[in-house]
Order: sequence, then structure tokens, then C-alpha cells
Amino acid sequence: MSPRLRWRKFVSGFMLTMTGVCALVAVSVLFFILGYLVYHGGTSINWNFFTKLPTPVGENGGGMANAIVGSAKLLLLASLLGVPIGFLGAIYLAEFSGSKVAFVVRYAADLLNGVPSIVIGIFAYSLVVLPFKHFSTLAGGFALGLMMIPITLRSTEEFLLAVPRALREAAMALGASKWKTIATVIVPAAYRGILTAVLLAFARVAGETAPLLFTAFGNRFWSPGWNQPTASLPVMIFTYAVAPYDDWHRQAWAAGLVLLGLILVINIVARAILARGIAVPRA
Amino acid sequence: MAATTTVPSAGPIPGSRSFLSRLREGDEIARLITFLFAASVVLVTVLLIFELWQESVLPRHKFGLHFFFTRVWDPIAEQFGALPFIYGTLITATVSLVIAVPLGIGAAIFLAELAPARLSDALEFFIDLLAAVPSVIYGLLGVFIVVPVMRDYVQPALKSTLGFLPLFAGPAYGIGFLTAGIVLAIMVIPYIISVSREVLMSVPRDQREAALGLGSTRWESTWKVVVPFARAGIMGSIFLALARALGETMAVTMVIGNTPTISASLFSPGYSIAAVIANEFTEATGALYTQALIELGLVLFLLTFLLNGVARLLLVFTTQRGGGTAHA
Repeated sequence: MSPRLRWRKFVSGFMLTMTGVCALVAVSVLFFILGYLVYHGGTSINWNFFTKLPTPVGENGGGMANAIVGSAKLLLLASLLGVPIGFLGAIYLAEFSGSKVAFVVRYAADLLNGVPSIVIGIFAYSLVVLPFKHFSTLAGGFALGLMMIPITLRSTEEFLLAVPRALREAAMALGASKWKTIATVIVPAAYRGILTAVLLAFARVAGETAPLLFTAFGNRFWSPGWNQPTASLPVMIFTYAVAPYDDWHRQAWAAGLVLLGLILVINIVARAILARGIAVPRA
Repeated sequence: MAATTTVPSAGPIPGSRSFLSRLREGDEIARLITFLFAASVVLVTVLLIFELWQESVLPRHKFGLHFFFTRVWDPIAEQFGALPFIYGTLITATVSLVIAVPLGIGAAIFLAELAPARLSDALEFFIDLLAAVPSVIYGLLGVFIVVPVMRDYVQPALKSTLGFLPLFAGPAYGIGFLTAGIVLAIMVIPYIISVSREVLMSVPRDQREAALGLGSTRWESTWKVVVPFARAGIMGSIFLALARALGETMAVTMVIGNTPTISASLFSPGYSIAAVIANEFTEATGALYTQALIELGLVLFLLTFLLNGVARLLLVFTTQRGGGTAHA
């Protein structure tokens, strides 16, 4: 083997090893994050965390019950806004529209998807907070719902289009009308994919903080109804982490663990649903 | 199959049934309802742009282009210049790309070219999970882990070795441009990896085989043939990552220091566009102050819009080229 060839082989082996190191570093970050959260958050989580209100500054203990309920309400509102628009809009794109309208809708959705979340917050503020004159669960839910729309829409459309043509044609040949075909054949055939899309969109907005800062704002107490400012887990993590109190830091870790746990579990479930196969034969 | 492909759309030939019969069967109603939902997406997007434009009219008229070149941000004197924020945003994004691009592309090469399919899929699964971690969690770890490590180890080490460069001068606070850039890098690496991996995997097999057949080593075929073939797509992934980095709010706000300074030193605390909106929006008093922040939001929106557009073009270009040659 000539020295030149030996050198080339050495470079090849070395660089390929380095790419492996890069991959290892990238993936290990996930385990660092999980490890730190479990280590710091695990010791701070207790029953009080889920059942008690935050205590006044300086008094130890207390929990984030109001933030957990607040996040749940925000996410409920977000889903009520984001899922119908995303789902039905995707049906229009995949089944009814001509290519020009579809292009415009897709373009708008992609544009909306790329908007920084803080800008979504500004938009929700000027559209919902200003007219009502105060921060509210409603405004926060609106902001998160907006972010769910493009994610749900684009992936649902993709899964609808992946349904084999033969299924549509069979239904049509049996005399079913178009909407009957969609409702009884196409959507059921694509339901795993659609469910995955909705779950991923949900998980994505569950951790969003920036759009809530000036829509849902925050609250140290329960937030009755839908028209009051409300606490939420992500915003609590932010305010507690940057505050100078040790007890708050512990609570921030605990909240971080709960939030990340929730998001990772939803992600894994969503992917598991999809991995078991879309229940349609390949064409 | 040949018989069905000649029919342009699934279902009966258009016009074969009367409008009334389609209406009776609910098709027209379903079409109308789904159309309204699809149209609302367009409506919301247009409204968003309109609101940003409309709600930033005061500072645009008062400061014009000076807004972008003035360093003074003084809400009490009603003087608003965006330069420190634009500077901070660009510097942190640059630092993040300097770190994330080599790491991300390296990892993508490993996943697409070297790793066996099952290992590659398993690692990609973890990368996807990493992309799902919310930014406030990155911020939490940034505040309690990255900042102390930077302050106690990394910054003193950089200072003693490369301290002669103005980049690494000044006191080590832990917070600042460098720390924000590093946290951002960790956040955008998963995006670079997933998109680049997909692009690399779309490179036709015969490209690799031809290079190997000519006697190149595995690395030479990867670096001199596969990567150049996928170059546009990889650039696309970098633009996507850049757009994410520019718009990222929480993690940056938590570690950048939140002081509007322009300094050559990466150790210096700074501020970014997204961070100043997050911190000051709720306490902004007076229309001009609020609208100056909204104008910053508009700037951010336009920047990300532009970058995302370029990224999409590059990605479409590569995947079409890859697909085209695969069939040839």
C-alpha cells in the first residue's frame, strides 16, 4: 500500500469516526437534559406540587396546581381552534380544491408555521387582549391554537393524499357521494396519521412560552372562567427560573420535569401510533 | 391501472351529475364548509401581516430607516433605535451556526451514509424528540447548567488561550452573546440533522457507486460527491436553522443578559429582538413604545419569512434533482 493510499484511508477512517462522534454528541444532549431534569426535578416533585397554589415569596412549599389547570385550559382552547381548522382545511386541500387555491392555502399555512412564536403573541395581543382590555385564558388559547393550525393542516393533508386511489374509486363505484367517501372511507383509512399529526401539534404548543407572556400573562391564584389572566406551566418555569429564590428554582425544575415528561410521552405515543402502520394497503 | 390513470380525477367525470343532485348528496355543502375552514387559514395569515404593519405605523413614520441604525433605546425620552437588538440577534445566530453547522452536518452524514438503517432510524427518533423539547426547558438548563459552566470554566479558558482576540475579552459573567449562541446551537442542531439527513438520503445511489468504483475512499465519495450533490438542500437546512435561531425567544431571554449593548466581545451581555419584545411588551407604556416593539416584531417576521422562503426553494430544488436522476 502506497503512503498516499494509506494516508487517504487514514483520513477516511478518521473523518467517518468524527461524524459518528458528532451524532453521539447530538443525541447525548437529550439524555443530559433528561438526566438533569430528573435529578433536580425529581427531588422537588411531591404531592403538593400538583395540589397546592403557589405560596407567597419567602414561604417554602406550595405547588403549581393553578398552572397545571391553566395549561390544560389553554391547550383545550388551542385544540378547539387548531384541530377543526387544520383538519377540515386539509380535507378541502386534499379532496376538493383546485391547484391554485391549494397553493395559496398551503403557502399561507407554511408562512404561519414559520412565524416566530413571539410574533404570534403580539398578534393575539392586538386581536384579543386589546379589545377585551385584559389578559385572558381566551387570548392565550387563541395564540396557541393559531400555532396548531399549520402543523395539523399540512400533515393531515399529507396523510389524506397517501390514501390509495383504489379505495376512493371503489367507494365511488359503489355509488357513494364524495363527502360520504371522505367520511366513511378516506378519513378512517388515514386516521392513524391524522391522530399522529394532531398529537404532535398538541405537544409542540404545550411547551410554548413566548406567545403566552402577554396573552395569558400569569396568575398566582386560580383563574376562574375564561376571561381572566391565567398561570401556565411554561410561563411559571420561566418566571421561577429567572427569579432569585432557591425554593422557586426547585419548583421550576419540578415543573420542567412534568412539562418535558408530558411532551416526550405524547411524542412517543404519536410515533408509536404511526409506526404500527397506516391501516391501509399500499397501492 | 392503465384504465384508471386516464381519468383526471378520482370519482365520476365532472358534470356527469347535476349541481342539484350533488347538493342533495351533501357534496356542495361539504365543499363549502371545508372551504371556509381552509380560507380562514389564509385570512388569519393576511390579518397577521396587516396587524403587524398597521400597529407599527407610529415609529415607522417618526424614525423611518433611522430606527435600524440608532443605538439609543430610551423609553422615557421616547427615543427608539433597534441597532443593539438587531446586533444581538445576528451575533447570537451567527455563533449558533458556527457551532451547529459542522456538528449537525457531521451527524447527518453519519446517519445517512454510515449507520445501518436500524441504528439510523433509532438515532433519528432521539433527534426528533430533541427537536420537541420546548425552548423554556433549554432556557432552564441554560440558566442553571450552561451559565455556571461558561463562567467558571469555558470563558476563563478561552480568555487565557485566545484572550488576545477582542472576541474573547472582558470579564466572564457567564451570561452574554456566547452563552446564548451556544444554547441556540444546541436547539437548532436537531433541525439541521433531520433535514440534512433526508436530503443526503435522497442522493441517488449510483453517485456513490460511481465514486467508489473510481477508487475513492468512503470519505472521499461522501465528501466530494454526495455532499456536493446535496449542497443546495444542506444550505436549505441551514437557512431553516437560522430562521429558528433568529426567532427563538425564551432560551435566549434567559441567558443573554438583557442589556442593550453593542460590543465586539462575545462575553458581553447583550439583548436580542425577540428577548426585548418578551421582556418589555407588557410594561410598555404609551403608543409609541408599544408600536416600536411591534415594529421589532415586524422585522423579525420579515427576516424569518425571507429565510424560510429561501430554504424551501433550496430544498425543493435538491429533492427534485435527486428524484430526477434516480429515475434516469
